[in-house]
Amino acid sequence: MTFNIIVLAKQVPDTRNVGKDAMKADGTVNRAALPAIFNPEDLNAMEQALGIKDRFPGSKITVLTMGPGRAAEILREGLFRGADDGVLLTDRAFAGADTLATSYALSMAIRKLGKFDIIVSGRQAIDGDTAQVGPQVAEKLGIPQITYAENIEKIENGTITVKRRLENGVEVVECPLPVVVTVNGSARACRPRNAKLLLKYKHAKTITERQAENIDYIDIYSSRPYLNLTEWSVDDVEADKVQCGLSGSPTKVKKIENVVFQAKESRRLSDDDADIEELIKELIDSHTIG
Amino acid sequence: MANFYTDTPQFRHYLQHPLMKRIVELKERSYADRETYDYAPMDFEDAMDSYEKVLEVVGEICGDIIDPNAEKVDHTGPTVNDGRVTYAAPTQENLDALNKAELMGMGLARKYGGLNFPMVPYMMSADIVSRADASFQNIWMLQDCGETIYEFADEKQREKYLPRIVKGETMSMDLTEPDAGSDLQAVMLKATYHEKEDQWYLNGVKRFITNGDADIHLVLARSEEGTKDARGLSMFVYDKKNGGVDVRRIENKMGIKGAPTCELVFKNAKAELVGSRRMGLIKYVMSLMNGARLGIMAQSVGISEAATREAYNYAIERRQFGKAIIEFPPVYEMLANMRAKTDASRALLYETCRFVDMYKTLEDISRERKLTPEERNEMKHFSRLADAFTPLGKGMSSEYANQNAYDAIQIHGGSGYMKDYKCERLYRDARITNIYEGTTQLQVVAAIRHVTTGTYLQQIKEYAAMPVAPELEPLKRVLADMAEMYEKQTEVVTSPKDEDYLDFHARRLVESAGHVIMGHLLLQDANEDQELFRRSAEVYIHYGRIEVEKNYNFITKSGIDDLGYYKPVFGE
Repeated sequence: MTFNIIVLAKQVPDTRNVGKDAMKADGTVNRAALPAIFNPEDLNAMEQALGIKDRFPGSKITVLTMGPGRAAEILREGLFRGADDGVLLTDRAFAGADTLATSYALSMAIRKLGKFDIIVSGRQAIDGDTAQVGPQVAEKLGIPQITYAENIEKIENGTITVKRRLENGVEVVECPLPVVVTVNGSARACRPRNAKLLLKYKHAKTITERQAENIDYIDIYSSRPYLNLTEWSVDDVEADKVQCGLSGSPTKVKKIENVVFQAKESRRLSDDDADIEELIKELIDSHTIG
Repeated sequence: MANFYTDTPQFRHYLQHPLMKRIVELKERSYADRETYDYAPMDFEDAMDSYEKVLEVVGEICGDIIDPNAEKVDHTGPTVNDGRVTYAAPTQENLDALNKAELMGMGLARKYGGLNFPMVPYMMSADIVSRADASFQNIWMLQDCGETIYEFADEKQREKYLPRIVKGETMSMDLTEPDAGSDLQAVMLKATYHEKEDQWYLNGVKRFITNGDADIHLVLARSEEGTKDARGLSMFVYDKKNGGVDVRRIENKMGIKGAPTCELVFKNAKAELVGSRRMGLIKYVMSLMNGARLGIMAQSVGISEAATREAYNYAIERRQFGKAIIEFPPVYEMLANMRAKTDASRALLYETCRFVDMYKTLEDISRERKLTPEERNEMKHFSRLADAFTPLGKGMSSEYANQNAYDAIQIHGGSGYMKDYKCERLYRDARITNIYEGTTQLQVVAAIRHVTTGTYLQQIKEYAAMPVAPELEPLKRVLADMAEMYEKQTEVVTSPKDEDYLDFHARRLVESAGHVIMGHLLLQDANEDQELFRRSAEVYIHYGRIEVEKNYNFITKSGIDDLGYYKPVFGE
């Protein structure tokens, strides 16, 4: 038995070690001051995918990422750890995407990839912390989703069994394939890069990277097809431009402020409808949602 | 998220040494593997990039997994049950991580699945691993026994064992016995040949065997009945799959607690002869030991690095009398000396690695084709230097690891005496480095002939001929004074041609040579990168001068008759 697995991964600014120049004066993230890294929980997802491949040799892992040209690094990082293939979704038309536009673009790319059994991604990215993209992709593809996954326990007879880590404990759920699984940071850490794969794939490049000037070893890309990373544009995935990027993003940033978290700001609500109603009103009034 | 490679810029500096170009070109046979292996380098730049990338992975595994596991490894250690050893769980986790990353067999040729790394980057991995957990480095470094199989076993044995090492099977070198420690000629483990079966059998006991329950063992045994000396010993390989060797007990040691040190009982254990009979100790073990000594040198440097960092981090945090203790001269003097000794040891380590790389690679090429006369001379030249620098480096760097671990505790004060701080483990781990693979006293025995024959002095003159920036000239003049003092003390000790007198002062002479050599190496490093090395060069050369002077004073202010003060008096 083998499976087609797609790992959704994102290149993010490393917000874990934020210095004083991490934000620009206009309140946006100063990406230049923060190193670009593989989103940590996407690495947990990557490890879950590799775990499936360990158990079912011959399974195929494709890493899919959307971002600017430099996000090709995420694909290489995937290949260094045992992924079989990588696709970079990149186009000016994707720029400025919120979670809705992102999940639309990703779902179109997944449709183009064709057959898949399991899509895994991190629960959320450390730059936006929305945890929306995975679930939205599942909705758009019309398949079930399992969130807050800590471990893919087994896959048998077309059914996946997943342990979820929730606030008050764990829960084991089953679900038919195909499925989207979003993975928590509490899942086991991703294995380190493999030395031989690292040396094999270190020259892997997208077409844009290959067209850059002063590129080394230009002759190897024809004799070693695995070094050519797939790069797709809006047109390649037959996406509707209006639903992509800024135009496809209903999210509008009203204002950004620095907040110092204090314990008194945390609040516990009951599951009473009235309580939740009250909170939603409050959040709409403060423009947190709505 | 620590990376023990990228946080130590000295590594990159040593990777970029000018001799590396030649080493890599020889090692890669002009990059011929690029046609056959998808992970082979295209050219020199590509090879260097590969070394860096792989070392980054090693650095990450050490920073994120091995170092955080080290305390637990130290406090639990391995266990033995029914003759089989189980590593401490975090030790196994370390091994699994390195195996999954395919980092075993780093130095082996690609046709056996290895990465074909030269000694320089390979020993850097040992240096980094030791900083994280010295006990784990023992298990990790034993993969180096594969090198001995490669050099001396036949092709069938190479193909049988080397790919298994690459896949993560562990190794041990079974040399020591209850009555054969420093004196390996006394080895008694019996090897018997059954002609009918065309099979060797091993019987007897080995003791103090690091990682003694390994998958593949190299065993020194007496194959020639009735002999009592080195010429009756041969080398064997024992495969655990065949059975016949059990672990009777594991030692309860002071340090390197993660590495099981075993007493082994061989009961009719099937084994294969490696190479020729009678060459076991004379040729193969000597080669094996040289590799192992380089490994211990790297272990010592790693421990020194860890000790220096621990002490520094504590000294900037700990406040007494209203300020951080690093601001007090007695404390910052200690710290500066620790950094200088660490950097000096490392400079010597990679110089030695380059010498080993040059001669071993040429030697390996000589298995494929005839060397040119120039290449043969080159091989001889570097082989001699490797032979001179290995015991010198092992001796000096292991003593420095001990001194640094000692000072690290001193800087921590009372807290350093508690199990809560890493320096306490480093102190215990360091203590074996100047004992095993030959005590410092035995390193001196190996090194002294290079004092008397002038190998060191010749090399010192070569260093002295290298130009340095004008601002570094004063340091070079100090080194010239030191070299002169070294030459004079050598003259004083060697001229009476008295063996006891030479043995008595041998360590002082070898250490004086070491100070001059390490001073020169740091000076060259500082000349290329002042920011990274100038301070250590200044501190070390200052320290070394005083040490050489001290030796000079001892030797010139006492005479051959003074030996009498020290001689033991028996029968009173």
